[in-house]
Parts: sequence; C-alpha cells; structure tokens
Amino acid sequence: MIPFQYTRASDVADAIKQIAADPSAKFIAGGTNLLDLIKYDVATPTRLIDISRLPLGNVEETANGGVLIGALVPNTDLAYHPLIEARYPLLSRSILAGASQQLRNMASTGGNLVQRTRCFYFYDATTPCNKREPGSGCSAIDGINRINAILGTSQSCIATHPSDMCVALAVLEAIVHVTGPAGARTIALADFHRLPDNTPQIDTNLEPDEIITAIELPAKGFSTNYSYLKIRDRLSYAFALVSVAAALELDGDTIKEARVALGGVAHKPWRSPAAEVVLRGQRADASTFANAADILLRGARGFGHNDFKIGLARRAIVRTLSQAARGTPQSISDKKIR
Amino acid sequence: MASYIGSATSRVDGRAKVTGEAKYAGEFNVSGLVHGYVVDSPIPKGRIVRIDTSGALGVAGVIDVLTHSNRPTMADKDDAYKDEVAPEKGSPYRPLYDDRIQFTGQPVALVLAEDWETARVAASLVKIEYQKEPHVTDLQAERARAYAIDVPEKPRGDAEKAFASAAISHAAEYSIPTEHHNPMELFASTAIWENGQLTVYDKTQGVQNVQQYLCKVFKLQPNAVRVMSPYMGGGFGAGLRPQYQVVLAVLGANALKRPVRVVLTRAQMYALGYRPASIERLALGASSDGLLESMQHEAIAVTSQFEEFARNDTGWGNLLYKSPNAKFGHKLVKLDLPTSSDMRAPGAATGVYALECAMDELAIALKTDPVQLRLQCYSDRHQGEDLPYTSKQLRECYRQGAEAFGWDKRNAEPRSMRDGSELVGWGMASGVWEALQVPATVRIVLTANGHAEVATAASDIGTGTYTIMAQVAADMLGLPIDNISVKLGDSTLPQCPVEGGSWIASSVCNAIANTARAVRGDLLELAKATKDSPLAGAGVDDVALIDGKIVSKQDAGRAVPIASAMQSGKAERITREEINQPSEDKSHARNVHSAIFAEVKVDEEIGIIRVMRVVKAVAAGRILNPKTAHSQVMGGVVWGIGMALHEETLYDHRFGRVMNANIAEYHVPVNADIHDIKVIFVDEPDEMVNPLGIKGLGEIGIVGVAAAIANAVYHATGKRVRDLPITLDKVIEFV
Repeated sequence: MIPFQYTRASDVADAIKQIAADPSAKFIAGGTNLLDLIKYDVATPTRLIDISRLPLGNVEETANGGVLIGALVPNTDLAYHPLIEARYPLLSRSILAGASQQLRNMASTGGNLVQRTRCFYFYDATTPCNKREPGSGCSAIDGINRINAILGTSQSCIATHPSDMCVALAVLEAIVHVTGPAGARTIALADFHRLPDNTPQIDTNLEPDEIITAIELPAKGFSTNYSYLKIRDRLSYAFALVSVAAALELDGDTIKEARVALGGVAHKPWRSPAAEVVLRGQRADASTFANAADILLRGARGFGHNDFKIGLARRAIVRTLSQAARGTPQSISDKKIR
Repeated sequence: MASYIGSATSRVDGRAKVTGEAKYAGEFNVSGLVHGYVVDSPIPKGRIVRIDTSGALGVAGVIDVLTHSNRPTMADKDDAYKDEVAPEKGSPYRPLYDDRIQFTGQPVALVLAEDWETARVAASLVKIEYQKEPHVTDLQAERARAYAIDVPEKPRGDAEKAFASAAISHAAEYSIPTEHHNPMELFASTAIWENGQLTVYDKTQGVQNVQQYLCKVFKLQPNAVRVMSPYMGGGFGAGLRPQYQVVLAVLGANALKRPVRVVLTRAQMYALGYRPASIERLALGASSDGLLESMQHEAIAVTSQFEEFARNDTGWGNLLYKSPNAKFGHKLVKLDLPTSSDMRAPGAATGVYALECAMDELAIALKTDPVQLRLQCYSDRHQGEDLPYTSKQLRECYRQGAEAFGWDKRNAEPRSMRDGSELVGWGMASGVWEALQVPATVRIVLTANGHAEVATAASDIGTGTYTIMAQVAADMLGLPIDNISVKLGDSTLPQCPVEGGSWIASSVCNAIANTARAVRGDLLELAKATKDSPLAGAGVDDVALIDGKIVSKQDAGRAVPIASAMQSGKAERITREEINQPSEDKSHARNVHSAIFAEVKVDEEIGIIRVMRVVKAVAAGRILNPKTAHSQVMGGVVWGIGMALHEETLYDHRFGRVMNANIAEYHVPVNADIHDIKVIFVDEPDEMVNPLGIKGLGEIGIVGVAAAIANAVYHATGKRVRDLPITLDKVIEFV
C-alpha cells in the first residue's frame, strides 16, 4: 500500500480535468475493487479522485424506449429498480447473483464495468504477472488456474472478467456513455472490454482520462424468456466458474431472436454472433441449444485445472437456454438449478 | 428452584458481544499506543541477505523498523520457545530471530508507527534481498520421503494376511487438503509496559500458556507478566500455541518502551498453523457375513522441517469396530511450511472421514446397509486397549439418528432416488472423540450479599464457557444465575490449561463442584455456629445450597439462610480455590460418539451439490446447556459440510505460496449452502467419566460429517470421490 492524496471532483468536467492532469490518479466511487487492489499493492494510485458525489445517480427512460442508467447508481438500487425489474429482469438477476449484499450496496454501475480481472497471480504482487508487470510472464498458465479463462486467452494472460452484471449487459447490448477531454462518445458493451492479447495490462477501451457517465439499455429487454445461471464452487458469495446469460424471443416453439453470453470464462463477457445465428429460426429445443453451445465454445482451451469448464459451460448453456425458453428463469434465492 | 444445569440458558456474555462491550485483543486502547505492521517473507526458504529500512523510516509517523538484526534480546535456546502444547520433537519457530527463512509468510520485519495505516504504507517500502534455497511444499510429490512415527495403537493379529484371505475386502486411498482455521477475529496482541509490569492482551486459547512462554522467551519474572484474553472471536485450535504476533508486540514494546499493538492481516494468518494435508490409506477385510476380520489404516501427513506435529489419525477404528486383526501406521512428510497444528477434532476429522468412507464402501461390497454393517461390527470395548467404556450410547445414536432421518425409506441402489433434475443421495457415518479432562483450578468468592465470583484462567473461545460455568456455579451455590459473575481469560487467575480437545467443560465444571463443596463446608460451619442451629451435627455432604439457603438433604425444613450464616459469623466473604484432578483410573475408555445422516441433492448434468438435511445424534454424557451445545454441534456440522465440499488451501508449489489466502477465495460454507440441520442429544448418564458426567462437545460436532456427505454423494451419483473437497468437476466428468 502506498500513500495517496484524496480529492473530490465537483462535476464531470472537473473529474476529467483532474484525471488528465495526473496520470497516476484513479477515480473512486464505491471502491469495492480499487481498495482491495491498493491493499494488495496491485494498484498504486498516488491520488484518488472521488466521483461518488457527481450527479450520475438517476435511472430514466429514453426517448427510444430504452433506459439510461447513471454510472453512480449503486448495484443494489439498480437491481431493485422498478423499471429494471419489470423490463430487464435479466439484468436484475445477474446483479443479484454477484458479490454480497454489502458489496452491491457500495458498488456503482460504472465501477462494475471497470473492475479488474480475476486471477490469483494478478492479486499476488510477489508472483510474475503480465497484467501487473508487462513482460514478467504469466504464472497462471502453468499454475493454479481453476478460476481462469478458457476462451479468448493469449500466451500472456488467462485472467477472467469477474462481473455478473456485464454478462447481462452484453446480452442486452448495452451502450456505455463516456466523456473525456475530447467530449462525449459511446462504446458498445461488446467493444468495451478487451481480450488480453499482448497487452493484458489494459482491460478496457476506456481511455485513462475518460469517465463513464451512463449505461444505456436499448428497448429490447427480453422480459419473458430469459435466465441467468451462475455456477460456482459454493452456492453464494463466490465468483462464477461459468455463468450464462440467455435471452430469447419466441414465436411458439420457434426462436425469433436469441442472445447468449458467458461469464467467468474469458477476459470479457463472451458472445458469439455465429452461435446466435444458429439459434434464430430454429426450434427451441436441447439439440438447437447444443449446436449453439458448440459454436459459442469454439476454440475453447483449458489449462489443466480449468479443463472441466469447457464441458461445464456447454451444459450450462443448454440449461440456461432451456430455462429461458420455458419462461422459468433461474431463481437467485433458491439454488436448485431448474 | 429449577436446575440451571441442563437448561437452555442464553449466553451470559451475549449482550456484551452484540453491543460491542466485549473487547477483543486488538481493541484495548491505551494512550501512546504504537501500531505494528508485519513485513512477511515472499519466499519459502533461504536467507535474508540485506534489509533496507531507510524508505520505511523516512515515512512521517514511523518510529522504528525491527528486524532480526536490531531487535531487542530474546532467548537463544529451544526450550524457551516450547510452549505447553508444542510438539515434543523439534525446534520451535522463533519470530524475528535470525536471517533464516523457513516458510512463506514468515515475519521478517515489524514496522512500528503512530498509526496502523502509516505502518502498513511503510511496510511496503522495506526492501529485503533474499538468497533463495530450493523448497518443497507438495505432499503428493514428496510422499516417498515420508517417515514413520510411533502410533498409540498397537497391531494385533496379522492384518495383512487376514486382509488377503478375507471374503470381501476394500482398500483405497483418501485425501484431505490443507485447511486453515480462518477465525473471524484477526490474530492480534497489545503489549503494555507499566511500572515494570507487562500486560499483554492476546488472542489466545491459553493465557497461562502465553504468559509462561513470554516469560521464557523474554527472560521475565512470572509476576511481571500478565496475559489477558477475555473474549475470542473464534479459535478452533489456531490459538492453542502462542502465535508470532504476540512475540512481535512484546519485542516492539521492549524496543520502544511504549505500548505496541500488532494485528495480522487475513492473508498473514495463512502463515500460522493449519490442518495438515493428509493421505489416508484404508484396507478393510470382512467375512461374507459382514464381520470385520482385518482393519488397516495408514496416514501420511504434513509437518514443518523444524517441528514434528502429528495427531492420531488412525486409531479411531479401534474405538468403533471389532476386528481381530488390525494395524495402524502414521508417517510424516517434512515440508517448507509453518508447523501444522490442531484444528477442530485434529486427527479425527481426517482419519474418521477416511475410515467411515471405507466402511461405506465395504458395506456396498457386502451388499449390506451401512448402519447394519456398523451394528454388526459394533464394539462394546476399546479394541486396542481391550477396555470397557465408561458409557457408549452409540447404538442409540444410530437408532435415534436413523429414525429422525427416515433412513428406513432409503433405496440402497445408487442413483435410485431423485427429485426432478436432481439425484438424491442418503449417506451416514459414525463420529468419535475422546472425553478428556485436565487439571483445572477454580476460585469462588462468595460475598455476604449473595453474589459469587467464579474464576479460572480458562478462555471462552466462543463455545459458551462463561455460560456453563455460571449455570454450574448457580446450581452448586444455590444462587440465581444473575448473581454469578464468571472471570476468565486472565493469566493471574487460578491455573487452567489451554482450551482445547473438548476438555474445558468437564475440567472446569468439576472444579467448580469441588470448590463449591469447600464453600459449602465453610458455610455449614458458620451455620452450625449459629444459636440453636438446625444443622447441628450435619456434615458437608448432608447439606446442599438451595435458594440462598444451606439446607439439610434429609429434612428440607432444616435450613439456614446463607446470608444469616455469614452475618452471624461476621464473614463478609468466603474465598475458596480447589483443583479438579482427573481420575487416574485406567480401567475404562472415555469417549464421545455420534451418528450422522446426510441428504444431498446433486444436479445430474451440472454436478452442483446441495446438502439438504443433516441429522447428527450425539452421545456426550451430560449436556450442560442444550442451547449452546446445539450451536456448537451445529457449527461442527457446518464445518463438516465445508470440509466435504468447499475447503482447500491452494498452494502454488513453484513459489511455495498459498494462492487463495483470503476468505473470498478460500471457501467456507455460506448460508446458501446450509439447509436443515437437526442435532439430537442422546441421553447418556455417566457417573464414572467424572462426578458431573460431562464429556465435552467441541470436537465431536465435525467428526464424521464429511464422510456422511461423501457417502451421500456416492449414493446419489454412483461416483465415489475420495479426494476432498468434492467439487462438481470431481462428481461429473465434463467432456
């Protein structure tokens, strides 16, 4: 842990100005991830710019039938917001599957997007890690890698993105609103997080001097046929080994529209357009879902301890799509898998 | 007046705990307190070549940085570091002693600062250069180097031959990973010098053990050191031996002549003791009608390179089952880790897990119901010592447990029971532990206003010791429980060993009985001295103290109020101190027993395991307080569920490091993992084990639980997982 200065941003413009002036500064909102990283000597910001008081805490309907979520809306408030519960229950369920009540109370929506990836070695500053120290090597590839990625990995990193919320946002095709010195822009959620490639130290395409101001949900909420299934090593308060967010639009037994994303298996929420193509126009049954699972998992590769995640993900995908098709989404409180 | 003993009394310290009034070792504030932060070794083995503390010393608020090269003096003989429960063999670890690195996480420097955050910041600026040496931390990889140690259980007959010729046999290896205690309260010590007296508030299960240890390590006079541990936020064995932070706190206080507090981080606590990983090999041979003919159990467990810690993993079969031929063995592998340590039901949690899984597998091979097999092999005598038990209501545990669970509705065929997409499995196991007693001394001070203070140096590690002592004292002294105050956790109080092994309840409660008898004798003398005393001629055992009176047992009408007796004798207080000396009688075995029944539901495709029901029937002599006893056993069951499904310390053997050194990634059960737990206390009167018939409850709660769950998982899925924890990928082969 290193000492840091603490300042507050008076508005979004001031936040950008402050961060642009100090490359070793970090924004802090809920701090549910950043403070751990500081304590573990993984993050060493010399200044924390507190953005938690900025007026980014609203959830409002947009003109085109969607919803705009302020970046500082706490995860708990978002999960239980009437608009979200009614129109985007997949998002609500995914948030409630994550972390603990206490963490969800503190964590902000924008912060959830930029939490760092999960890997034992990234969090242990005494071991080599390309994400912490580029070029030092990846300890996880030949190490304790039960929790690590099976998709989109590189020789330099096999960490996973830990968020549950982002898996649902990927399915809902959320749009991230950001503002920087050059003004405001939007980033599709699919483009927000990066794969590790040779630059695992960079988790997202958010520029260092940009701030997330809002997350926009398009009108399509899939509130009838959806499910979020999270498989983990204990039944609550644990990160996903594999999670699946599924959303369908059905016409009788026929799939009109389908979206599937995986969590816990890659450096970002994992989607595959090709997997969704094979679902559209097909009968909503196990064999259709298995085809989609095969495509979604194309190129999957294990590293020893996590080999099982490939087969587990395949079954979890079929199961979650079945839950969505039946209109019986996975319960968050009852841990029996339906 | 109704008896407090046996009644479901709420914790007398409950209010203090929930209001925060109860103070723990890291919460005693004194003016001028200095905060210490530990710098620990990132490598498991080697030497410290150089330490540069200049960066840390440059931080405003840092007072000093202690290392092996500038610390105050400490003893230089092993003997000084051997605490009351140290392993017999070996050379105990000496904190901050020299340049040798013996395990990852070993403290190498103590940063002392005006506040904790400053100390923490400065700690990251201490630069240390190490010379690494090759290390070993992997039990499986090093098992060929295992060496045998003596076990208490002697061989009988020819177990190998009997196994080879048995009609039905089963042999397999079971393994349990390293587990850590993970008490909620962080290890902490506050050391305060005042007028030549050292007071230490320490998180420990034995204040006098720590006191004596500190006297030896720092060459201090016994009357100059007082160690206090009034409350403990979980011990589980982690606080039996003095932990290194107490040495560092005293070193700091000695160096600065100021009060010093050292609190470890959660991660640093993974460099304290742990339940050693073990490999347990069981070989059971039976006749075709299901009688054991051969029982072999060998364990290979872990200790450090510098001490030989081992507990009895393998003898438990002798307490449960008849077998004419038996053989037991224990081997150790020395690894570059801290010394392993006691953790709830040490030896039994692991050994009985393996034994009871093996018995399940034998029952399957015999096509016999697992309860039936246990009854067929049931032993009324300790097989190793050939002794009867003071009491053994295990048959009744099986019967009551099976009935409460509905065991008779079980279909023996694996995968035969289901609930929708889930396979249902029912498994059972036995549990066993020792009914131990240690010498303990209790002081009672009875004052004329009808209040009594009951004191001993025991710790209440969260089990309810304050409460049961108040109950027993209230009954013995004939006073309302609110008139009893119990003092514990102070080394200046009457002698008491560490709180462990489930021996405290029986030891201190029988000591209360002894002391109360002495008090009663004094009162009787005072009563007899009153004019026309109705108790004239009565002896101490002819009277009882009931409802504030000294009452004749023959004639309740003959009584003298305690207050009048004391008043007339001008006695403001009566102070008595008596020891409870455990019986030397070796003619009987003393044990507690249990039967566990568990139901799991396993998702057939995904392998998610849910433990829906556990019934644990316990025979542990007299139950002093059904409420705290229930909590204690339930806690043991929860831990058993964790042992079966979740707990595992993950080492990266390349670095010799624990990778999941936090309670987000080291999994223990959470509420969602726990469903219905039913605890049954089987009536077991036992006047032979000790006068009050108390056997102790701390350990038995966990013993056998993991086996019952593993057996249930097999019954549900047809898949036998012998390697704990049973994670979903071990149950289902995902291809």
